[in-house]
Amino acid sequence: MSRVLIKGNEAVVRGAILAGCRAFYGYPITPASEIAETAAVLFPQVGGTFLQAESEIGAINMVYGAAATGERAMTASSSPGISLKLEGISYAAGSELPMVIVDIMRGGPGLGNIAPEQSDYNQMVKGGGHGNYKLIVLAPNSAQEMCDLTMRAFELADRYRTPVIVLADGFVGQMMEPVQLPEPVAELPSKDWCVNGTAATRDNLISSIYMDPDELEEHNAKLQRKYDKIEQREILWEEIETEDAEIILVGYGIVSRILQSVVEEGRKRGLALGLLRPISLCPFPAPRIAELAETTEMFFAVEMSNGQMVHDIRLAVRHKRPVEFYGRMGGSVPTTQEILAKVQEHLPEKARI
Amino acid sequence: MKKVLEKPDSFYDEFVRKPGANPHSTHYCPGCGHGVVHKLIAETMDDFEIQDRTVFVSPVGCAVFGYYYFHCGNIQVPHGRAPAVATGIKRALPDSVVISYQGDGDLAAIGGNNILQAANRGENITVIFVNNAIYGMTGSQMAPTTLLGQKTTTTPEGRSAANEGYPLRVSELLATLEAPVYIERVAITDAKHVMKARKAIRKGIQNQMEGRGFSFVEILSSCPTGWKMTPSEAKEWLGGSMIDYFPLSVLKNKNGVHPDPDGARKQSNGHYVSRSEILKIVGAGSSADRRFAQPTVSSGFDNPRIKVSGFGGQGILLLGQLLAQGAMLSDYFATWLPSYGPEMRGGTANCHVIISNERIGSPLVTDTDVLMAMNLPSLDKFEKDVRTDGLILVNSSLIERRVARDDVCSVYVPATELADKLGEPKTANMVMLGAFVACSKLLSEESILASLQAKVKRTEFLELNRSAFNAGFESVCQ
Ligand SMILES: Cc1ncc(C[n+]2csc(CCOP(=O)(O)OP(=O)(O)O)c2C)c(N)n1
Ligand code: SF4
Repeated sequence: MSRVLIKGNEAVVRGAILAGCRAFYGYPITPASEIAETAAVLFPQVGGTFLQAESEIGAINMVYGAAATGERAMTASSSPGISLKLEGISYAAGSELPMVIVDIMRGGPGLGNIAPEQSDYNQMVKGGGHGNYKLIVLAPNSAQEMCDLTMRAFELADRYRTPVIVLADGFVGQMMEPVQLPEPVAELPSKDWCVNGTAATRDNLISSIYMDPDELEEHNAKLQRKYDKIEQREILWEEIETEDAEIILVGYGIVSRILQSVVEEGRKRGLALGLLRPISLCPFPAPRIAELAETTEMFFAVEMSNGQMVHDIRLAVRHKRPVEFYGRMGGSVPTTQEILAKVQEHLPEKARI
Repeated sequence: MKKVLEKPDSFYDEFVRKPGANPHSTHYCPGCGHGVVHKLIAETMDDFEIQDRTVFVSPVGCAVFGYYYFHCGNIQVPHGRAPAVATGIKRALPDSVVISYQGDGDLAAIGGNNILQAANRGENITVIFVNNAIYGMTGSQMAPTTLLGQKTTTTPEGRSAANEGYPLRVSELLATLEAPVYIERVAITDAKHVMKARKAIRKGIQNQMEGRGFSFVEILSSCPTGWKMTPSEAKEWLGGSMIDYFPLSVLKNKNGVHPDPDGARKQSNGHYVSRSEILKIVGAGSSADRRFAQPTVSSGFDNPRIKVSGFGGQGILLLGQLLAQGAMLSDYFATWLPSYGPEMRGGTANCHVIISNERIGSPLVTDTDVLMAMNLPSLDKFEKDVRTDGLILVNSSLIERRVARDDVCSVYVPATELADKLGEPKTANMVMLGAFVACSKLLSEESILASLQAKVKRTEFLELNRSAFNAGFESVCQ
């Protein structure tokens, strides 16, 4: 099948349609608006619903309603809008409703700016909303993955009855690359738990209320068992040149693309660099990082934030190895040369090949 | 008439979802209006035989446990958001009957915008609004509908207009909107009024079944507990002070009006779309199954990192996209990254394009192999980033100075002039593209023209752009 040159944001919508999603509820915000704009064009053509909601709160609750009927449904926004959606996301986690939420991160806190940042890591990976819930968080780093991981997000959402986040930054959303469009999903899973206005679902209830503390504890325990299962099965990551690496760079999203260049450049200069790129941020590839900590000298995390993912790396490494951090904030994207210079400041002797 | 004594079928016989000892009594306080309203709704569901089609949306408030009672599909939702959730349900299930049930805090305070917007969209749903002038569930705090002087735990001296404003008449407010088809305020004081409330609920639901659009029934209802009254005192206050401020009437009734055209549009969704149609819609297999051979690239132009820069309106982003598209059609890897946001509004636009035979890491172009400078600020800003022996293409029509460096290759292209000659100054970008292709031999002319075809739909523009490309190409070859 042929390839198309499209933006990451446009690839998300195509992935959603190919995954059988037919309900999109959104609210404009840069740099995520193209997702809504593309959905406004394409969703009606495939017999789906597109609606611009009154706010992000409205949008996430419309998705809540659509998802409760068993439909594959989604919304997309950027950081401040995601903050508004958190109550709804917590409800969806509690009610175990599958849905996909795309966050094209921008600079914060507050209104910040519209330039790319990765400062929603904590908000998405650590819960963000109230209660003992976790989300599945996927971090694409190309237009192709914006399509593919959106499709996967729907699959995981249904498999585990849980909200799934596609977490990207302004650059991954705005960047155009050739995308190979996959086959549409032929058959959607049946959902006997849903409420779809038929006799068969008459006794079904979508709710997150458990008034009795014991019942709520049991419900939470069940959620935790689900999260454990997800952790055992659904970790995704990519490695480049880690076999003999003395320094393993860790980054996700657009940063991982830059780190790939850093590894190439560094190797040319005789530095034993490798890259580990978490694709799923939750569940985090902690087991693999722990394994690599046995052989590598140090880890070097790069994020476009004040250092959020680095804490998960440190937890995984358990002080066996140093974990250095370099971050940019405010929408400045670190360059290959800049990162390479920082890495060289921390270079252990062994890292020279 | 058996139902006067028995529970309606749409009510559970035993409230098994309700914790505690007595599965036959509701969780509501004695004298509470919610139970009466519930019964009226369930009877209507029975009468219309819609139990299986109904989706009941419970709010946050004392009616949060609506699903203890209604024997139909139930969805419990966040505080105030019932109309938004109901929208998502109804759009997914146009044939269902969606009943959105809310209290006054839920609907008129935290959810004020959600109800306003759902009403204004004319969602084909039925909203039952129970106005008891107080927050019952959380322990008698002020509601937007609390009357002036009414004491609540957060207005201990009574509500004052100066501090809290006036009680909100929601039905009147919504009646100013174009879309709603039916708005009525009723009260459940005595048997006569209950009959009226029953009629209103029936009408609200029937409207939905007929696809007519948004129906809203406000029901004045007692909360003896919140009002600190006995049930009979509460009834009296409801019939007096409440009705005085919230007059009972039909505020809107678009009788005999043709079903809302919007409703019809919403119903039309969900048509079947085949696999091949879907693929076409998302763009697979459309433009370019065509592939083009990679020409023999001029030395120094392998895997180039390119920056295109100029002012907004010069077609900078399109130029970059055509490069990337041509590269894709020639089986290269390619990335295109725009400057976006305020930077562009300031008048300058630039994009980064990388074309490579290998998987591309960073899509950012800092160390630049090729700079296409379409205006002076672009040259001023990016000249220094070009690597030694790199290429700078200068739009000499708009840039009077020469490139200051002597360790790069500079090519001067009168792009705007050549475009002017063709009668369309906007094609200067294509002139520049032609010049670049002539210098680099990175892509075949055919691949660029195929890209143009994919991006530029109107044939007259296509011809013009093709001429501009050729003009640029030849200007370099000369
Ligand atoms: C986001 C949020 N804020 C506040 C609450 C607490 N709360 C629960 S019910 C309620 C008010 C309910 O009043 P109303 O809608 O009038 O219903 P009633 O109980 O009187 O029937 C409030 C403020 C909540 N559950 N969620
Ligand atoms: S507090 Fe008021 S609204 Fe709530 S159940 Fe009691 S009487 Fe009804």
